[in-house]
Amino acid sequence: MTADLYGASPLAVRADALAASSSPSTVRIAEVPFRAQVTLRVDPRGAAAERIGAALGAALPGPGGVARTERVAVLGLGPDEWLLVGPEGAAQGLQDTLTAALDRAFGAVVDVSAHRTIVQVSGPKAREVLNKGCALDLHPRVFASDRCAQTDVARTSAILMRHDVVEPGFWVFVRASFARYLADWLIDAAAEYGG
Amino acid sequence: MMLIPCPWCGPRNETEFHYGGQAGVAYPRDPQALSDAEWAQFLFFRDNPKGVFAERWMHRSGCRRWFDLRRDTATNEILGAGAHEEQERTVSV
Repeated sequence: MTADLYGASPLAVRADALAASSSPSTVRIAEVPFRAQVTLRVDPRGAAAERIGAALGAALPGPGGVARTERVAVLGLGPDEWLLVGPEGAAQGLQDTLTAALDRAFGAVVDVSAHRTIVQVSGPKAREVLNKGCALDLHPRVFASDRCAQTDVARTSAILMRHDVVEPGFWVFVRASFARYLADWLIDAAAEYGG
Repeated sequence: MMLIPCPWCGPRNETEFHYGGQAGVAYPRDPQALSDAEWAQFLFFRDNPKGVFAERWMHRSGCRRWFDLRRDTATNEILGAGAHEEQERTVSV
């Protein structure tokens, strides 16, 4: 007898608590699970970087920048490192696209979808909640929709990306093993805004 | 709290960084030829000035790149990280 395979996102156990701490008029917190995430390392000045930009339909951004295509967001994590974020199930396709465009040039393409999960913090008070544990200026004048940052949020490493849909919001990429800690911290930080 | 200018990520709190000691300590060209005293000198002996000091720092919570920084050890005044071009040797691809 074999066990049935199943997937549980790192914050599945906190889904109810996050929903309970959310308030439509102030701040909403929810997990965005199972996004495809692929790390790319390549020399930004080389021909391979240009081929990859052409294959993706968006030039690779500099450190702290975000380039978006219809399906994929490309986050510049460093001078020669990028994180590609796509919809669930897109990891293999992304890897194939990148590997083909890399064409044996010196670089690396790795599926890191299981490394981090994403917490969406949105609403008029999203910035106030995050700034309780993050020293970066997250005002849209400084941290616009084409910016991302790797930093510490509540003393744990995280990647921040602005993700405005209807209202201002952020995606916080956090390591799977730190996700419950960060979720608990966010619930506490959002308490004063009345969940 | 020092505000350290990462050449790639911009100014960040010092808690995001890892300290790497004196900058510009060259690895001996021929380590085999060194006496024990000379080898110990390379391994363990560093300048400890009161004043401007060139240091290695690594942006642990950010881009995870090493870079050089000049800092006044008496006042913590930061006298600038190199421009991107000067940091090229620390970029490993």
